[in-house]
Amino acid sequence: MSLNIIVLAKQVPDTRNVGKDAMKEDGTINRAALPAIFNPEDLNALEQALRLKETHPGSTVTLLTMGLPRAAEIVREAIFRGADGGIVLTDRALGGADTLATSYSLAQAVKKFGKCDLILGGRQAIDGDTAQVGPQIAEKLGIPQVTYAEDILDVKDGKVTVKRRLEHGVETVVAPLPCVVTVNGSAADCRPRNAKRVMKYKYAASPSELAKLSEVAAAKVAANPDLNIAEWSAAFVEADPEQIGLAGSPTKVKAIENVVFTAKESRRLDNNDGQIEELVKELIANHTIG
Amino acid sequence: MANFYTDNPDLKHHLNHPLMQKIVELRERNYTDAEKFDYAPANFEDAMDNYDKVLEIVGDLCGGKIAENAEAVDHQGASCSDGRAHYADGTIENLDLCRKAGLMGMAMPRRFGGLNFPITPYIMAAEIVSRADTGFENLWGLQDCAETLYEFGSEEQRAKYIPHVCEGETMSMDLTEPDAGSDLQSVMLKATQKEDGTWVLNGVKRFITNGDSDIHLVLARSEDGTKDGRGLSMFIYDKRNGGVTVRRIENKMGIKGSPTCELVYKNAPAELCGSRRMGLIKYVMALMNGARLGIAAQSVGVSEIAYREAYQYALERRQFGKAIIEFPAVSEMLAVMKAKLDASRSLLYECSRFVDMYKIYEDIARERSLTPDERAEMKHYSRLADALTPLAKGLGSEYCNQNAYDCIQIHGGSGFMKDYACERIYRDARITSIYEGTTQLQVVAAIRHVTTGTYRSLIDTYAAAGYPAELESYAEILKQLTEAYDKAVAKVTEANDPKYLDFMARRLVEMAGDIIMAYLLLQDAKTNESFRNTVVVYTKLAQAEVARHCDFIANFEPAQLQAYGI
Repeated sequence: MSLNIIVLAKQVPDTRNVGKDAMKEDGTINRAALPAIFNPEDLNALEQALRLKETHPGSTVTLLTMGLPRAAEIVREAIFRGADGGIVLTDRALGGADTLATSYSLAQAVKKFGKCDLILGGRQAIDGDTAQVGPQIAEKLGIPQVTYAEDILDVKDGKVTVKRRLEHGVETVVAPLPCVVTVNGSAADCRPRNAKRVMKYKYAASPSELAKLSEVAAAKVAANPDLNIAEWSAAFVEADPEQIGLAGSPTKVKAIENVVFTAKESRRLDNNDGQIEELVKELIANHTIG
Repeated sequence: MANFYTDNPDLKHHLNHPLMQKIVELRERNYTDAEKFDYAPANFEDAMDNYDKVLEIVGDLCGGKIAENAEAVDHQGASCSDGRAHYADGTIENLDLCRKAGLMGMAMPRRFGGLNFPITPYIMAAEIVSRADTGFENLWGLQDCAETLYEFGSEEQRAKYIPHVCEGETMSMDLTEPDAGSDLQSVMLKATQKEDGTWVLNGVKRFITNGDSDIHLVLARSEDGTKDGRGLSMFIYDKRNGGVTVRRIENKMGIKGSPTCELVYKNAPAELCGSRRMGLIKYVMALMNGARLGIAAQSVGVSEIAYREAYQYALERRQFGKAIIEFPAVSEMLAVMKAKLDASRSLLYECSRFVDMYKIYEDIARERSLTPDERAEMKHYSRLADALTPLAKGLGSEYCNQNAYDCIQIHGGSGFMKDYACERIYRDARITSIYEGTTQLQVVAAIRHVTTGTYRSLIDTYAAAGYPAELESYAEILKQLTEAYDKAVAKVTEANDPKYLDFMARRLVEMAGDIIMAYLLLQDAKTNESFRNTVVVYTKLAQAEVARHCDFIANFEPAQLQAYGI
């Protein structure tokens, strides 16, 4: 059985190597100081997709990313590693989206894509660390979701078997297709770029990149449909303008602070409602939550 | 994570040498593959961009997983059980990564699944791999053997074996035996032709790097009753056919991830490769030349990591209130290490370009006859490659050992402990001046280019190149060194005593090497200012070394050989 697989991915600032200039004075990210990379756990998801492509001949793996036009870079990166192609969902109207607006926009793009059996993505992105977008997409599409996946063990008879990595062990679950699976960083590393694929697809470009390419490269893209990276707008995916971008984002950032972590003694609670309630009250009182 | 290609701008400098234009055009036969293969380049820029991008993959893997795994691989080492050699876990992972990245069979033609890279970018990849894990470079670099299989095997054999190599099967060259190390003429492994015309191999091989590989090139005695090199032929053994077991692997001082095997052949079926009797005198010579260039690359990789480890430590280690790099005694060592590194690298890529030039012409000659000009050019470069290969291997491996030694010295007491990478680097470095022909044997191969003047004419072309005013004084020094070299050569050769020549050979070869490397650096500095310091430091070093050798030769009388037991 061949599968149509969408891999959700995000181009993120490399927050793993944060220096002093990582934040601007107003508390927003200084993107110029941080290289843009393929979100690490999305690479784990891509690897799961590529393994399924190997075990299910005829399958396709399509990367779907929402972001600036330059996010085409991670589509190319995915193609170099084995994906068949990709889509950049990009539009000024999508800017400033929180997880709700983002998952709505991506869910619209998935609907536009048409038949797909599996939607894979990383557990969370290293810039926001919310882990909300994948599950929200599943909700919006009305399909099941499996989170914390470490290994996709099997896909057959319209079902996927997934090993989940949880805090105190592993759990193996079966879900009907189509479904959303978000993959943990503990899953297998993504395979490297392949030399031949790099040479074959290095000119792959989106329409907005095409304008900046040399004539030779542009001619190559024009001659070979495989080298076209799709660019979709909000209107193309028939997104409701009220539900996308800033307008569709109820999350408002009140303030951002630089926090220096300091190590403190950990506290152990007994497993009873009384102690947990005490803790929740305490956390609300000191504004950690709520 | 570091990228071992992009963090070292010198590599790009060497990759972009002007001779590459011609090499690439010839190698790509004017870019005609572009019509047949979707990953073939359309023009020179496209090809160079491909090399750059693929080397970036190499640098990424090496700066990441392969370097990360190196320590564990060294600790675990390869092992042997049930007649098979087993890689360390990290080695298995490294090989898997290289396969997935498509970095096997890099220099093989596309029709067999290769990348059709010239030797130069392939050798650059070898240098990068060696910097990450020197022992792993052996396993990865044995893809070289496919070159020999391509050159001397039949089209049928090429089509049968090379695609496997490009997909990631490993190779080995089974040459040495317990009584045939440097002296390969004494090889005894017996090849017997059966009545149906097929061959079987019987006997023992020893010190075989990656001896449990998938595809072996084997040197064996096919001519019953012969005792010298003319009775030896080359065979291809495919592990799938069985018949070869690993009796034991060596417990080595370094490159512990690379299994060095003792092999037992029991009626192992094999195919004759090329013509009978040509095994040693033609094929193995070609194989060894390729392997020597590989060790030269491996050596530069070791020099690079030794220098970097030493430099980093000297920056961080504080004594007497300051970083130790601020002490002249330490910074001098670092400057000399860098100069030796840069010099051996410039020589490595000069050599690899020469190898590229003649090998590509040889390959074109398999498709059509060469024009007289092309043939002359092929011969010219073949001679130069023949002259520079033993220099690059011999001197490069000595330099990397010196750099590994100084790397430990800069680490002081900590360097003697197992806690730092430098002790592994030191152990890994040691083999480079021994295998694929000891430094002493490289001198034997090189000395005829001293006496016949190959080096001298190469030096003349470098001297005639012309240098900008600010480098002129260094070019002038090199002219003086060349005169001193001429005098020393004249004194030794005029004596007309082979023993005396043998005795002085290493000194003469080293002088030629010093002068050639100094000129190469001068040329590098012409186009790239970052080589200016190295020019100063290396010219000083060459000056002192040439003076030392000249002094020894000038003050030596042939009669004094006796005191050395000669």
